[in-house]
Amino acid sequence: MSKIRFLNHVHKFSTVKASLKRCLNCFLPRITYDPGVTNSPDDAETAAAKAFTGARRPDRHTMINSWGVSLACHEWGELDAPPVLMAHGGFDFSGTFHLLAPLLADAGWRVIAWDQRGHGDSEHATLYSWDADVRDALAVLDSITIGTCPVIGHSKGGNLMMQLADAQPHRISCLINLDGLPSKWPSPDTSDHERTLMLAEELASRLDYRRGASSKIRRPGTIDELAQRRAVMNPRLNIEWLKYLVTVGARQDEDGWRWKIDPSLRLGGFGPWRPEWALQRMPSLSMPFLGVLGLEPDAMSWGTKPHDVIPYLPPGGRIEALAETGHFVHAERPVEVSELILDFLPTI
Amino acid sequence: MSPLETIMLTHDKTQLALHQLTTGEGRPLLLLHGLGEESPTSVPESAQQWPGPVWALDFTGHGESTVPLGGGYTSEMLMADVDIAIAHLGKVTILGRGLGGYVALLIAGARATEVRGTVITDGPGLFGGPSSGPSSAHILTVANPPSGVNSPTPDPFALIELSTDIRPPDYASNFAQMAAQMSGLDRPITMAARGRSPWIDAVIQEVGVDTNTIEAALANYAAIA
Repeated sequence: MSKIRFLNHVHKFSTVKASLKRCLNCFLPRITYDPGVTNSPDDAETAAAKAFTGARRPDRHTMINSWGVSLACHEWGELDAPPVLMAHGGFDFSGTFHLLAPLLADAGWRVIAWDQRGHGDSEHATLYSWDADVRDALAVLDSITIGTCPVIGHSKGGNLMMQLADAQPHRISCLINLDGLPSKWPSPDTSDHERTLMLAEELASRLDYRRGASSKIRRPGTIDELAQRRAVMNPRLNIEWLKYLVTVGARQDEDGWRWKIDPSLRLGGFGPWRPEWALQRMPSLSMPFLGVLGLEPDAMSWGTKPHDVIPYLPPGGRIEALAETGHFVHAERPVEVSELILDFLPTI
Repeated sequence: MSPLETIMLTHDKTQLALHQLTTGEGRPLLLLHGLGEESPTSVPESAQQWPGPVWALDFTGHGESTVPLGGGYTSEMLMADVDIAIAHLGKVTILGRGLGGYVALLIAGARATEVRGTVITDGPGLFGGPSSGPSSAHILTVANPPSGVNSPTPDPFALIELSTDIRPPDYASNFAQMAAQMSGLDRPITMAARGRSPWIDAVIQEVGVDTNTIEAALANYAAIA
């Protein structure tokens, strides 16, 4: 990052801070809410799961309205501190930041993470699309500031933030991507005929799922059972951490815990999106850029290596690659990742 | 004129209006309207020789179907709308206008044994947005977003999102190939549209895709079992 760019950045940042008080009343309406806290005291299993060392629940919860869809926002830090926006990955929720966000808040930032439509405490929408998620991200940003703001995104959230930054360069002061840099998919080593059959099976399976979507509910279980199910896709994460996540991203019904995510959502794409399109946009980004990659192969990761993305870095952009770390860099190494981020963000 | 009957079908959180326009013997013909349109109330001239019953589906956010809040439209989700209609009607032949023609191509590939012939015609939303990515990033919003499921149609989010969706030629070709390989029909898809765009150019190159008039195509499909 050049000195000139950094100074520019500080200047922009000061403008935001100065405008904060002036604009507090003209942002989108923010409604404080209580994220599903029950009146009864926690049972022993719940209390134990909630007591994960280093995890801290948000200081405030608000609901904002994105074109008719209610989105849950979670905040750490002082309300008048400079804001930083965080975006979680696909099939995740902002609970994934309960280790990292407090470290940034303790360093003087107001950290805001939102649950994407259908995820966490946000409303289950009728329709889901990449473009709708980007539009929602802008609605969240508008609810925080009309100026610029640093953004941090993990996985799909990192990719969303790259698109937001490309579409709204005047709103994003710097961009931090946590293992959300796609690389080109390897060419399938199958004949065209076989590939067509695979695609047909996948499409039929998705359509079958849609036919039954209106009556789907998530399977209930104990905290441990939900954590074990999540461990299939998050095999590197500490099971105690996954149990903690259950107490944030799942709700306790009469018949057990079940993930809050909309049951009509299904992993994977249903359309023509291609990861190289995101890579092609990277060199155009105009704000300071930091990418953090976990080098260990992981179920949910694109498996991107530094050499895949370095050719596409914007001017002055930086890549940090973490050895012995998987896709959830911020959950596996919250302290190291927070240090990288705080070092990269402007000094408060 | 008004439809003989309108049935509301459930697709996840949406209620879809499926209208029966005529009765008849044999396989139903399913009409898919263009972007921003709604189902016709009578059988169009070009389909009047169809021997079977004629039905027409209102896509999500169109006609009498419910309007979602906050947009999020994709052609693939409209394909799933059509699949809900197929689950109700059984095997169908499809006549799609514009966007409905592109969606008809998708379902013809994805449900190759259920769709017995697809005719794609000119109409609103035929071309879509860029033929391939990347395109410059943008965020589309509307001046008067829907306020509830009974908001007026068409949903302005449908208009902006489905006129700008990316339709890569090789992606469209995949669906034509699936229809050709798995339908068991010689010519499962007929391009009756006169308009040309990269995805249409790619599709008409595929084996199993005919170019013909709507009337001739429907006569061919009416003759198959």
